[in-house]
This record gives sequence, structure tokens and C-alpha cells, in this order.
Amino acid sequence: MTRFVERHPVWALIVIVAIAILLWLIFAVWPPGLEEAIGRKRVFLNAVFNGITLGGLYFLVASGFTLIFGLMRNVNLAHGSLYLFGGYIGYAISASTGSWILSFIIAFILTALVGVLLQVIVFRRMEGQDLRQTMVTIGLSIVFADLMLWACGGDFYQIQTPSWLIGPIDLPLITAVKSSGEPVYLRYPLVRLVIFLASVVIGVAMWLALNRTRIGMIIRAGVDDRDILAATGVRIQLVFVLVFALGAGLAGIAGVVGGTFQSLSPGEDIRFLLASLVVVIVGGMGSIPGAALGALIIGLAEQLGSVYIPTYAIVVTFLIMVLVLAVRPQGLLARR
Amino acid sequence: MSVTHDARVQLRAATTAQGQAARIWPEINHPAAWIVAVILVIMPLIANGFFLIEIFATTMILGTIALSLMFLAGYGGMVSLMQLTIAGFCAYMVAVFGVSANTNISLGWPWWLAVPMALALATLFGTLGGTLAVRTEGIYTIMITLAIGAAFYYFTNQNWAIFGGHTGINTVATPHFWGVNWRSDIPFYYIVLGTAALCYFAVAYISRAPFGLALQGVRDNPRRMAALGFNVNAHRIAAYAVASFIAGLAGVLQVWNYRQISPGSVSVGACIDILIIAVVGGITRPIGPYIGALIFVLLRTFALDFLVKIGLDGNRFRLIIGLGFLAIVFWSSDGVIGLWQRWRQGKRPTTTRPGGGHGHG
Repeated sequence: MTRFVERHPVWALIVIVAIAILLWLIFAVWPPGLEEAIGRKRVFLNAVFNGITLGGLYFLVASGFTLIFGLMRNVNLAHGSLYLFGGYIGYAISASTGSWILSFIIAFILTALVGVLLQVIVFRRMEGQDLRQTMVTIGLSIVFADLMLWACGGDFYQIQTPSWLIGPIDLPLITAVKSSGEPVYLRYPLVRLVIFLASVVIGVAMWLALNRTRIGMIIRAGVDDRDILAATGVRIQLVFVLVFALGAGLAGIAGVVGGTFQSLSPGEDIRFLLASLVVVIVGGMGSIPGAALGALIIGLAEQLGSVYIPTYAIVVTFLIMVLVLAVRPQGLLARR
Repeated sequence: MSVTHDARVQLRAATTAQGQAARIWPEINHPAAWIVAVILVIMPLIANGFFLIEIFATTMILGTIALSLMFLAGYGGMVSLMQLTIAGFCAYMVAVFGVSANTNISLGWPWWLAVPMALALATLFGTLGGTLAVRTEGIYTIMITLAIGAAFYYFTNQNWAIFGGHTGINTVATPHFWGVNWRSDIPFYYIVLGTAALCYFAVAYISRAPFGLALQGVRDNPRRMAALGFNVNAHRIAAYAVASFIAGLAGVLQVWNYRQISPGSVSVGACIDILIIAVVGGITRPIGPYIGALIFVLLRTFALDFLVKIGLDGNRFRLIIGLGFLAIVFWSSDGVIGLWQRWRQGKRPTTTRPGGGHGHG
């Protein structure tokens, strides 16, 4: 962090000012002139919170994608299919047992199993052939998409939110002050906050596991140079299978999350594949903190964009990607 | 990586096998090529309107888009998933500048003004996209071009001012001049055939021209080419420009064929279909994409009837496409052409080599 400030003082200043303005916009009571210029503060705050929570969901999807890419150089374009698969499994479990937590566990285990099978049966046979692996994942995503369409049809599914998470809560953020001087607080759905917190917890846990444990050390060494790692006697294939299982399982969890606060239907796989592509291109391939930063930026850009410039929202996301590619082609937080 | 790597190996084998005279136009001296050409020219005599347009014209349009991908992937080593997006962009531009039922969008220019404008804009669009894509290499190219394609799809869905939202632009006018309706079956077939032939021979020519050879050098070893004084990125961007122009031509034909354009035509699935067509046909030679397109179109048209006939669900067409694609990627890195070549040589199938790591990948 300090190195970044020393090296790029201007950029650091711009980033700090941008964050300061954002914080002021969130916490201050807006003066009347500002409300007239860009609309109600409640709308803005809702967009920001939607953006942050959507960023949490994007992080869950993209972290698995970036982890798999970082270690195995495998651009898994079937990642969106794993997301949708996890979502359908979660729906089936929660509809039949009524337990929301159980649907997470089963979805994680089953998608992780699919990931293990993919790694053992398919990708191990074509190790080191990046392009061929990518083509295979494209083929797999088509096959999966059609199989899921076959099994689940084209309907929309939504996973039932558990009763203890239904309903909004008041956040200690003032959206407006009534004429009587009484402040109005922001009301926000509890389930989205809980899910966001859960994704933060998962992200921190992943960061700790990668940086503080032995297996994390092995994985990081594998990202840097897997040949040397294999030469030191680590059973690299086992590590590959583990990482693929974890990445796929995360996509499955994300599917349940997405099915809870959005909906599941054919086509969502492509949407989340695109989201994870853009997130990791912006954040940096193979970097978990990069995925977090990228997910936050893209989530915010998407939600703020869809509120303030509705017909060009996707262009904002795309322009961010272009800007990052132009300034830092390897992504914001990549080490390369 | 491995596909282009193998492409290089096979290309070299092919050139040495067929000798000096064939080096210039490898397919032209083959009697089969002449037979196919004659059949294509006299096709309106043997086929009815359905086969002419739905099968052969569609094949050649899709094949030409896939040809632009083959040019980039086979000679430049860059697998771009946005070729269909460029074609779709060009189609949209024809509809926007030309005449259509959406009078609030279309500017109503005559076709001879709208088409060059659309082609120029599509080439510009593709070149800009290529400029972005060449900032990274190898596997990242797929991701960036896929992101561009997907972004364009969602953008056309959202934007009503220019792209007409999710209903798109309908009843696009097609050219009428010299007393001929050029969209009636037989004239349109010849337009498509002429364009496809032009693009095919252009790509075959460029691959042997100095630019194409330099491009193949860049594909094989960008570092060495840079050391020899070639501007690696400029060659790649120029390749994108050429490919965009070819894709744009196909896009013009596509919008004339269906007389409408909507986001469904530029969806991510359709972008991936182009990759499937090119890979199934084989990305080492310009003829590959057309073979792939023929297989694809035949499957798409007849799989439903066939599946129903043998007692299966007719809607599983994409499953067949996906499985077929997987099989091709698994067993032949050079598509159907590679299978055919191997069968002709009668050798044991060569094992695929692991991709080399120099430069990109």
C-alpha cells in the first residue's frame, strides 16, 4: 500500500479523493441542491448497497474462477454452468427439505464433486494445453446448459428466503431529515446484508487459508511455478483436484446465493460467466484480493449505472474493463 | 495453444507434400475442388429455394464469419470470439443507416451508401476491439473478446435509441437495381457465393503474401519477429482489421438474408457457435470453416426431424452440437479436415503434442 502511494502519488490521490467523496455521499445528509441535481439520497444509497451486495455475489463466483485459473492456467468457461447447477441443486434441496443452510452444504458438495470429476476425467488428460482446455470448457458449458434446460425447463426459480431473514432492517444511515427534524433511516433487506457478510467471511477465510496455512503455501507456490513445486515432491495432482473442487464448490454456493436474491433461469450461466470474466480481467488474473476489488467495482458500476444512466449501464462496466486494459493490462492487483 | 501449434506442424507437412506448383493455390489443382466449384455455380438448377437459401447461402454466410475467425486463429494465433459480434454490428449499421420499418431509427440512406458506411464502421469497431485484445496474449484473448461480445449483446438489449432494444430492427430493405430484386432466391445465392469465394481467395492469398507470412511468424515466435524488426502488435491489429472487414461483409449478407436484426442474432451462444464451426471444420485452412458451417447448418436444420424419428426429444439439438464439438476437440485438434487428411494418409493418428510455451499461452 505505502509502496503504491510512493510510486504513483497522483493515482493514489485520485483514489483517496474518490473514496472520500463516496464516503461523504453515504454518510452526510445531502444539501437540497444536490438532491435536486442527482435525485433522492435513498435511491443513491440503495444503489450503493445493491452494488456492494452484488459485488459480494460476484466475488463468490469470480474467486473460484480466478483460483482455478491462477493455479492451473485453465480458463474454465463452464464456470457459469457450475453456478447455475449449484443454484438448481440448492432450489431442489430447499424446496424439498425447507432448509436454506442445508441447500448451501449440498450444493457445495455436489458442485465440488462435478469439479473433481471434470479435473480427473477431462483436464488432467490435456494438462498444459491452455487453448484446448478452454475449448473443452466451452463444449462442456454447451452440454451442461442443454442438460439443465432438459432437466429444469426454461422456468424462473427462486429459492425461498428463510423466515428469520425476511424483511428489512433499519441501518444507521440517514437518508433524509423530515421537516419536524426527525431523521429517516435507510431500510434494507436483511438477507442481502447477511449474504454480503458471509461472502466477506468466505473471502477473509480464503485469504487466511492461502496465506497462513501449509496447503495455502503449496497453492501459492503452485501459482508461481508448478513444475518446481512438483519437483519438490508435492503431489501436485492432488492439489489440482482440491483447488478445482474448492473453486467449483464456491460457484455452487454462489448459485444458491444468486437463486435467493435474484432468480435462476437458463441464460444466467452466461451472465455470471461474463461477470466473472470482467471481474478477473479488472482485478487481475489469479489474485483473490484482485477478485474482491474487481467484484466491488463492477457491482457498484452496474447498479449505479442502471440507476443513473439506464440504457448505457453495460457500457460503464465495459469502459472500466477497457480503461484497466489500457492502463494496466494485467489487472489492478496482479503481481506480474 | 495446442491447436495453433498443431496447425503449424500440419501446414508445413501439407506444403512439402504437395510440391512447388501447389504452393500458390493448394486447392486449385485438385479435381475435387473444380467439381465442387462447378456444383456450387450450377446449384440453382438442381436445388430448390429452401436448399438454396436455408442451407447453402446460410452455410456460406456463417462460413465467412467463421473464416474471419480462422484467419485470426490459424494464421495469427488469436482466438477471437467477437467475430460474430462484428458481423452483427455491421448488420445493425446497415439497418440503422439504410431503410427499415423502424423509421425513427433508420436514416433511410440508399444501400450503396449504407453498406460501405457499415463496413467501415464495423472494421473500425473490430480494429478497436483487436487493439484492446492484443494488449494481452494467448488465452486472455478469448476472455477479452468474449467479454466484448457479451457486452455488445447486453448493450443491444438495453439500448432503444440506436439498436431498437430487444425487438431489434425489422423489415430491413434489400437492394433492388437493374430491374432485379437481389434478395430473391437465385440472385441472392449468387451474391453470397461471390462474396464467400472472394473472401476465401482473399484469405488464401493473404496467407501467402508477405503480410500473411509475417503474421504466421508472429504467431510462431513473436519475440524473434520483434527482434527481426517486425512490429508485432501492428501485424496483429492489421489482422484484426482484415478479419473485421470479412466478418462485416458476412454481416451485410446476414441482415439481407433475414431482413431483420435483433439481439438474439448477436447472443453469446451465437458467438460460440462461430468458434464451434471453425474448430469443427478445422482452423488450419480457409476451406475448414465452410465445411464446419455446412455440418452445423445441416445438423441445425435436420437434427430435430432426425431425433424425433429415432424416438428422442427433438429439442436436444444443442446437446448434439456440444458433444460433437467435444469429440472433435478431444480426438482431432484439426477438425474434420484433420480427420480426413489422416484417413487419407492412412497413418496412425498422430498424438497431439503439448503446447509449446514460447511467447504466448
